[in-house]
Amino acid sequence: MGLITDIRDSISSLFSAQDPKRIGIYGPPNAGKTTLANRIARDWTGDAIGPESHIPHETRRARRKENVEIERNGKSVTIDVVDTPGVTTKVDYTEFLEHDMEKDDAVRRSREATEGVAEAMHWLREDVDGVLYVLDSTEDPFTQVNTMLVGIIESQDLPVLILANKTDLEDSNVRRIENAFPQHETLPLSALEGDNMDEVYDKIAEYFG
Amino acid sequence: MPEVKKADDGDDGVQIDLISGERMENMTSMEKIRMILDGVHEGNIVILEEGLSPDEESRLIEVTMTEISPDEFNGIEIETYPQSGNTDSGLLNRLMGNNETKKLTVIGPANQIETLHKDETLISALVSRK
Repeated sequence: MGLITDIRDSISSLFSAQDPKRIGIYGPPNAGKTTLANRIARDWTGDAIGPESHIPHETRRARRKENVEIERNGKSVTIDVVDTPGVTTKVDYTEFLEHDMEKDDAVRRSREATEGVAEAMHWLREDVDGVLYVLDSTEDPFTQVNTMLVGIIESQDLPVLILANKTDLEDSNVRRIENAFPQHETLPLSALEGDNMDEVYDKIAEYFG
Repeated sequence: MPEVKKADDGDDGVQIDLISGERMENMTSMEKIRMILDGVHEGNIVILEEGLSPDEESRLIEVTMTEISPDEFNGIEIETYPQSGNTDSGLLNRLMGNNETKKLTVIGPANQIETLHKDETLISALVSRK
């Protein structure tokens, strides 16, 4: 019995050493996903993942940062962080024109954004082992995209942590997010300021370790 | 099964297709998505009696994205009732046959339908003409 357990543990540790879990950072556009991805990557590897912007759909390709080793309580958890484009059901290029963008650039950005959303959905169905679901805590969480995405994540039985981001802003309302998704644990944070990241890392180690 | 008829182009109104669960039950996921998006491309509002599964919703978003075209099609607006309280959608629940995906779903062109209010028991939407 002991031998079998030892062999099983060895095989298990062999695979876990080779295959860090891929944790997808999902959420609607402008929730602060890339800011969080960069915060995690900078804290544990020293490098960023991608550019951040207040203009929606800045991230139009899923970007993966491999082998991010997070140390908690004497143990280390290695994950691949996948920063994904914000998910939506519609993209209107004219909205980019409001950000002082020329029409050609706005049309190109909208095309890339649609490809990015499709890519994000594909990753969610096929290629992630867990999800950090990021929401802007100053916004209403009861949107169809949030309802659908959390439903899709649940249907795949993926472990998920809800992150109520932007707590540094005055209108932040974490309770509203907790009420919207009472079936999941919600953690407040400011990815921009780095507030409450210790608790976020504790939970990442607990959920995805 | 009869095809969904299309309103004449000259008609001044918004066509609403109410699709029963019975009509959907023998369709494949892609057939459902195609039926929805074909209707939405026509400017119709599609109401599904029993909605889509999470996997079908995921594919609907993906296919919608591939069909967005500047100045022609901006995507879809889709609304279902939000899940209420502590719904347990765990594996055991699904094995027991509790299908929570059976919920009324409204889908329309993003530039023609605007959700005014949504809660666990009411969806209120404003629909405009093409």
